Amino acid sequence: MLKLEPRPQPSKFWSYNSPILALLITVVIGVVLFAALGKDPVKGLQVFFWEPIKTPYAIGELMVKATPLLIIALGLAVCFRSNVWNIGAEGQFVIGAVVAGGVALMADKSTGGWIVIAILLAGILGGMAWAGLTALLRDRFNANEILVSLMLVYVADLVLSFLVYGPWKDPAGYNFPQTKTFEAVTQIPRLMQGSRVSIGLLIALLGVGALWVFLFRTRAGFAQQVGGLAPAAARYAGFSSRKALWIALLTSGGAAGLAGALEVAGPIGQLTPYVPAGYGFAAIIVAFVGRLHPVGMVFSAVLMSMFYIGGELAQSRLGLPKSLTGVFQGLLLFTLLACDTLIAYRIKIKLASSGTHHPRPSGPVLATAAQEGVK
Amino acid sequence: MESYALLLAATLNAGTVLAIAALGLLINEKSGIVNLGAEGMMLCAAIAGFATVVVTGNDWLGFAAGMGAGALLAAIFGVLVIWLNTNQYATGLALSLFGAGFSAFAGISYVQEKLPERPHFSIPVLGDIPLVGPALFRQHPMVYLAIALVFGLIWFLYRSRAGLVLRSVGESPESAHALGYPVRRIRLLAVVVGGALCGLAGAYIAVIYTPLWVEGMVAGKGWIALALTTFATWRPARVLLGAYLFGGVTMLQFHLQGVGVEVPSQFLSMLPYVATIVVLALISRNPAWIRINMPASLGKPFYPGS
Repeated sequence: MLKLEPRPQPSKFWSYNSPILALLITVVIGVVLFAALGKDPVKGLQVFFWEPIKTPYAIGELMVKATPLLIIALGLAVCFRSNVWNIGAEGQFVIGAVVAGGVALMADKSTGGWIVIAILLAGILGGMAWAGLTALLRDRFNANEILVSLMLVYVADLVLSFLVYGPWKDPAGYNFPQTKTFEAVTQIPRLMQGSRVSIGLLIALLGVGALWVFLFRTRAGFAQQVGGLAPAAARYAGFSSRKALWIALLTSGGAAGLAGALEVAGPIGQLTPYVPAGYGFAAIIVAFVGRLHPVGMVFSAVLMSMFYIGGELAQSRLGLPKSLTGVFQGLLLFTLLACDTLIAYRIKIKLASSGTHHPRPSGPVLATAAQEGVK
Repeated sequence: MESYALLLAATLNAGTVLAIAALGLLINEKSGIVNLGAEGMMLCAAIAGFATVVVTGNDWLGFAAGMGAGALLAAIFGVLVIWLNTNQYATGLALSLFGAGFSAFAGISYVQEKLPERPHFSIPVLGDIPLVGPALFRQHPMVYLAIALVFGLIWFLYRSRAGLVLRSVGESPESAHALGYPVRRIRLLAVVVGGALCGLAGAYIAVIYTPLWVEGMVAGKGWIALALTTFATWRPARVLLGAYLFGGVTMLQFHLQGVGVEVPSQFLSMLPYVATIVVLALISRNPAWIRINMPASLGKPFYPGS
């Protein structure tokens, strides 16, 4: 029988290594899955882990997808660290993209380069407003933020759908449900020629630094997290949980909206029903796999981006459905949560030889076991 | 009049899906565990049920396959949450994300498939009554089973010893443990039963309600079912009532389109989601009211001896 023994202190080793173990387990399951589908597992691993980093162009594409994931995850980390369960980042991303797209549509041939800044701000405000709805309902009506933020994802998708099928449809677009292509001046500036990587990547990396400072070097960031770890202590210290709720949701909504703006005025270049690409959900996995740590999330965002590109390549090269991406992303979060058990507990394998009828473990027994573990 | 009879019939049908899933989640939550994976379980069950019916041609085998898929996923969730003490919200979320991905992956070759001719049901004599017959008595047997399930569950929870034990585990796992009840095994059982019922609901969507398979076709019904347990303050009869209410809201959009209301279809499609938000806000407005009715240990981990 497997038995869990609480550790006297959380294990530092496992808090760094459980994501790696989780990835290994996911890869093993992936190999089994490829073999079961009659595909060469080596080829399978290649499309997921080698092809995306083989050429400079491929690495650029990896960054293009990692950018929105990272930006959204940075915001979500603030939420999850303060125990606010915003799982509707996808909706905030979509509304950010819609509002930013609305601004981009206003541009014409004579518009100056300042429009890019207006687009990004519009995206941030759009995402904040959408997340603000959740905050308002939680704050004023005590409505569960998990369910509200998720329901708003469906509403956001329908808002986008209404606009691209209705008032914003391109009159010259052969009746396709999409807006006209945005003017060239609205395009988010790229970092270099021959790659689609934009200044979004720089913004994301600045965000990493900003989040690190906020979480670990400011009093506000400290107050924000105490509420998540120990609500009673936060109340005693006079930290407002309402303020923490609003900060968490507005930050993550703004981040998701910014990501939406960068996408829609960047790689996509117009509003279509395909703007929602699941980044808002994948970013939840990025946040957890990256340990809600700014630097950790850089790695997990790149990893999750590999899963996206790997899924696309698996479709074109191996004839497997693209949805393989979702399978692996979900599996990774599952295995991570299981592996995280190792941080707080050690696993003892107990042989059943001690008899079939043994007394139920009680408090003192476990406590002694834990103390023995220390020695 | 005829169209209103049909609207009522469609409402009961749509409500049945939500009722079965929400009743499963109710059992689940009565033991103190929140499973946010409902949507994922229903999606996997939908494709499992649909594929089974495509292969065997037997709807009931399809329902069984859906229940099996839901139960299996719930068991994985249960072991993680109950034995490995993982965070319930995060694990449920993982299940929903995995379920969405896996069902899309597994269902890719079934997207164009069609099911054999869907059966029609009618209760003899009652089904022939004008208006009332088409409204109430020509439903799939599952609609009546869902109602029976509510009565069964009321008896189980409030009249049987096993139901009392289940509730005590949800209210105070420490006390139940001290009395010698295997808290973790009871919780796992509740989670698995909840998963099986979510699975049944998912299979019903793909086999009877829609009936076809498309990626993401559960379209948030798992999440609405989760909201329903709160809406019903964890009482079975109110779950059924709430499910019919939401079923009605879902059907209203088609009815309004049918009578030619000049509102873009997207706004009508928003109705169930917006209604869920509004209802959640209204019902949760008084935190004390929720706290009195909610199983006291809901969402909190329990590890014996810690």
